[in-house]
Amino acid sequence: MNNNKKVNQKYALKKVLAYIGKYKVWIFLSILFAAVTVALSLYLPILIGRAIDLIVGKNNVDFDNILKILTESAVIIGVNAILQWFMNTINNRVTFQVVRDVRNEAFTKLQNLPLSYIDSHRHGEIVSKLIADVDQFADGLLMGFTQFFTGVVTILGTLAFMLSINFKITILVVVLTPISLFVARFISKRTYNYFKKQSEIRGEQTALVDEMIGNQKIVRAFSYEKESLNQFDEINKRLSEASIKAVFFSSLTNPVTRFINSLIYAAVGLTGAIAVINGTVTVGGLSCFLSYANQYTKPFNEISGVITELQNALACAARVFELIEEEPQIPDGDDSKVITNAKGKVALENVSFSYTPGQKLIENFNLNIRPGQRIAIVGPTGCGKTTLINLLMRFYDVNEGKILVENEDIRNVTRESLRSCYGMVLQETWLKNGTVRENIVMGKPDATDEEVIEAAKATHAHSFIKRLPNGYDTIISDSNSGLSQGQKQLLCITRVMLSIPPMLILDEATSSIDTRTETRIQRSFAKMMEGRTSFIVAHRLSTIREADVILVMKDGNVIEQGSHDELLSLGGFYAKLYNSQFAV
Amino acid sequence: MKKLLVYLKGYRTESILAPLFKMTEALLELFVPLVVAAIIDKGIGNGDTSYIIKMCLLMGGLALLGLTSSVTAQYFSAKAAIGFAEKLRHVLFRHIQSLSYSELDETGTSTLITRLTSDMNQVQNGVNLTLRLFLRSPFIVFGAMIMAFTIDTKAAMIFVGAIVLLSAVVFGIMMGCIPLYNKIQKKLDDVLGITRENLSGVRVIRAFCKENEEIEEFENTNNALTKLQKFTGKISALMNPLTFIIVNFAIIILIYTGAIEVYKGILTQGAVVALYNYMSQILVELIKLANLIISLTKAVACGNRIEAVLELEPSMRFPEEKINSNNTEYIIEIKNADLRYKNASDFSLSDINIRVKPGETVGIIGGTGSGKTSLVNIISRFYDVENGEVLFNGKNIKEYPSDQLRSCFGIVPQKAVLFKGTIRDNIKWGKKDATDEEINRALELSQSKEFVEKKENGLDYEIEQGGKNLSGGQRQRLTIARALVGNPKVLILDDSSSALDFATDAKLRKAVREMTPSPTVFIVSQRASSILYADKIIVLDDGRAVGLGTHDELLESCEIYREIYDSQFSREGKK
Repeated sequence: MNNNKKVNQKYALKKVLAYIGKYKVWIFLSILFAAVTVALSLYLPILIGRAIDLIVGKNNVDFDNILKILTESAVIIGVNAILQWFMNTINNRVTFQVVRDVRNEAFTKLQNLPLSYIDSHRHGEIVSKLIADVDQFADGLLMGFTQFFTGVVTILGTLAFMLSINFKITILVVVLTPISLFVARFISKRTYNYFKKQSEIRGEQTALVDEMIGNQKIVRAFSYEKESLNQFDEINKRLSEASIKAVFFSSLTNPVTRFINSLIYAAVGLTGAIAVINGTVTVGGLSCFLSYANQYTKPFNEISGVITELQNALACAARVFELIEEEPQIPDGDDSKVITNAKGKVALENVSFSYTPGQKLIENFNLNIRPGQRIAIVGPTGCGKTTLINLLMRFYDVNEGKILVENEDIRNVTRESLRSCYGMVLQETWLKNGTVRENIVMGKPDATDEEVIEAAKATHAHSFIKRLPNGYDTIISDSNSGLSQGQKQLLCITRVMLSIPPMLILDEATSSIDTRTETRIQRSFAKMMEGRTSFIVAHRLSTIREADVILVMKDGNVIEQGSHDELLSLGGFYAKLYNSQFAV
Repeated sequence: MKKLLVYLKGYRTESILAPLFKMTEALLELFVPLVVAAIIDKGIGNGDTSYIIKMCLLMGGLALLGLTSSVTAQYFSAKAAIGFAEKLRHVLFRHIQSLSYSELDETGTSTLITRLTSDMNQVQNGVNLTLRLFLRSPFIVFGAMIMAFTIDTKAAMIFVGAIVLLSAVVFGIMMGCIPLYNKIQKKLDDVLGITRENLSGVRVIRAFCKENEEIEEFENTNNALTKLQKFTGKISALMNPLTFIIVNFAIIILIYTGAIEVYKGILTQGAVVALYNYMSQILVELIKLANLIISLTKAVACGNRIEAVLELEPSMRFPEEKINSNNTEYIIEIKNADLRYKNASDFSLSDINIRVKPGETVGIIGGTGSGKTSLVNIISRFYDVENGEVLFNGKNIKEYPSDQLRSCFGIVPQKAVLFKGTIRDNIKWGKKDATDEEINRALELSQSKEFVEKKENGLDYEIEQGGKNLSGGQRQRLTIARALVGNPKVLILDDSSSALDFATDAKLRKAVREMTPSPTVFIVSQRASSILYADKIIVLDDGRAVGLGTHDELLESCEIYREIYDSQFSREGKK
């Protein structure tokens, strides 16, 4: 498990490097600038130290050389600042561009994934891969760039500069600094358990809040406020107890490491001052050492933070790469045909299909549909009605057998030409964020205003669209539009009404529309279906009765097949279903 | 945010002590450069090793004292911040419990959940940081300046200049970046929105072959985000180089002025080193302060959002005292009632007049958005009517205290919601002290007895959050049992048999009719078959009652009712 994780991280790192590879020149510049700026900022205290050495006492100051040193310092400061800005800008640039590349690639991938992937993963999870994970990854990358590298260079540089001044004091610093790291590690290990406990209780509390506040109306309706507040308070108290421990103990890291660093500082002061008396170090050298002693310990603390951050970033990157590297749907072949002038002839030959291997669903299914026939699919919820649609639209591929449209195996035609043969209205309405018009013309982008209005009139959507603040130019979206479920469904029907393809799929297309409006648009529906092969999934048996073929499905299988009268006289499942509607 | 600070009151001592101890630590840190200066001037100057050792021990002592006071500060601030958050969470949760439906509609429950969870954590963090750091950093910055004054006024003026410049740069860049960060957040939300929309519409997008357009749209939005990020990055990247320049140039000037002063004999070499150290300390603290302010602005924004929720006044008031409620001829009476939802321009119900006798069954039918649910919502006082009145047992519904009113109503909402806990716990929502006998009776009435008995632990079967481990029909039947267990005087079924098959639906209605005493029942439905046998049927259209009567009467007189009925039954009727 652990090993596996390491392999994944290694792999993710490789992939990240490949993405960054595109910006090789920039990276090289960034590293170069980092090295130079670190060297320059480490050199600065030495210069200042030399200047201090020249300020010995009353009437004993070498102004000429001080001025020379200070001018040199000014130039170094200026150059350093400019390089720092370049470096920061480059790091930002590379990070954000890599992030953009990763996001674009992930989204493009999303368009090419088989629907089975999208259906079997929670959407929130996929969205969080594209947004939160990539963001985390960006943060880690940026931090890695800016802090990891400069940190390492600073440590090495400081070490070199210190060695150049005095060997003994350097050894003292090198030996003592790890203590603060050990202490920090020790504390964070201890606090880990407190944090774990805190986040467990916090999760418990969020779940309760989610449940109670999410259903606040029910809580109110049953006067359950007191009970739910009591439950909340009980968890709240426990959370508070756990939080105090976690927050307090974790906040010890800083003071304790600072304490140890102060001790090191004092030790350097002691040995340094004695060295000055012995003449091995100058006062300026001591002041320089003291400022190094401060600088030397800082990157250690930072780097240990950066490493955790980088590990986290890699883990996030790995999750995104998982998505990017998912097996895509089988692409259209080069020799795929394009269906033109479809009449509506569809045939299923020995089709077998299941979502999960081993769990049989549709088996050995045969169906021959002549152009213009109306096929109704009936059955209790979860019986596999939508599965059939998934297969017809080639959202999923059959396991065995084949589906033919105009005598052509649908796997041998382009997806685009197959799908544009169908007009589809689903039970779950979906609208794009955009204007009403944009939503309607989806299937026929070049439609004129007259055509749009005509289609909307046919579906009785025109009257409510007219009443929207900006009519057809009103911006709507799926989640937040002020449209009722029924109105949304009318728009989806209008969308198909406008393009009227040779075949129709209506999956509970009118489930949210009240029966009165439904009756009214029935006529338009009838007109739409005239001469077109249509597949209809419906609850209402009155809609179903007029179909040429009724497929009765149960547990994924087509158990009965025939016209309304045939099935009624059969006295089977359909007859039972039909009669139960009117039993009291 | 200000009003929230009231909840810190219980932790007054901690909130004062924490920054105080933190300041002590800072003060001790400020002494260090002075000690170093003494080492250089006296220790090294006189070659006095024992003095040096003494001074270094003093530094160690200062560090130890600093550690003690800072640990004390951390403890007090953790205690105050967490105690504050605990209290605030309790207050906010209680407040949300008191909101009426109008406020819940307006704010949205998902927003409320965010306020209680992530916003609250940010605020707790903000309070903790403020207590710990907000006084420390300015104290060190200004402390260093004051220390500089004690050493030399002329040199100290350089500090003043540097601090003014540094503050201008640090805060200028920050203030410039905060609005940009907000813009970035909005752009990121756009990217998120497109992704989410793409996933939920995947079938439609693929059916219309719109994949490439989607990719193009995504890339455009994504590029806009990147462009803004790069722009903001360029500005925030100025922070380090600019502060670096200011501090280091100040050091150069300091050294040069120091050199002159030392030459004149006003200053010593050690004093120059001390001034140099103070200047370096300022830079470190100022950057810390800038980061702190960024987290604080976030915390304040979160705090303001929490405050906004606390400021929501429940628009509905209930009296405290119970009133006598004896059966009158009509149990429910609605007179000329109009309902308008908050922020809506049109009435959702207008001029409704109904009288219902105890024990009657009333069917409510109508198209989508015709006001069916609104009607049952005013009967149970989830919303107040704007005009007219609603009477329960002859008294205005507004005169009843909430508990008394709710216990008279059994409500089965459209969406079958159950809570984490056993089946028994869930049914008890309807009557807190229900016995197993009463629960079983309710299960029987709601046609759920059979499936509950099949569950491994019967009544003790654990329902998962949201009732995920039950089927839609099972959930719905349990919500009906929950409403029935308290023997309500009025039972409201808001389109709540939609997940039941026709046979179960019919059995359920029969069982309810046979209850003794039989409750007054309101059935909201789209199915004409569910309300056919009601004593009264109300037909709603666009918020108006366009028909009131029995099935047969309405078939005769109400065109809309006939249309609805025909759309579901027409041909069967002729057969």
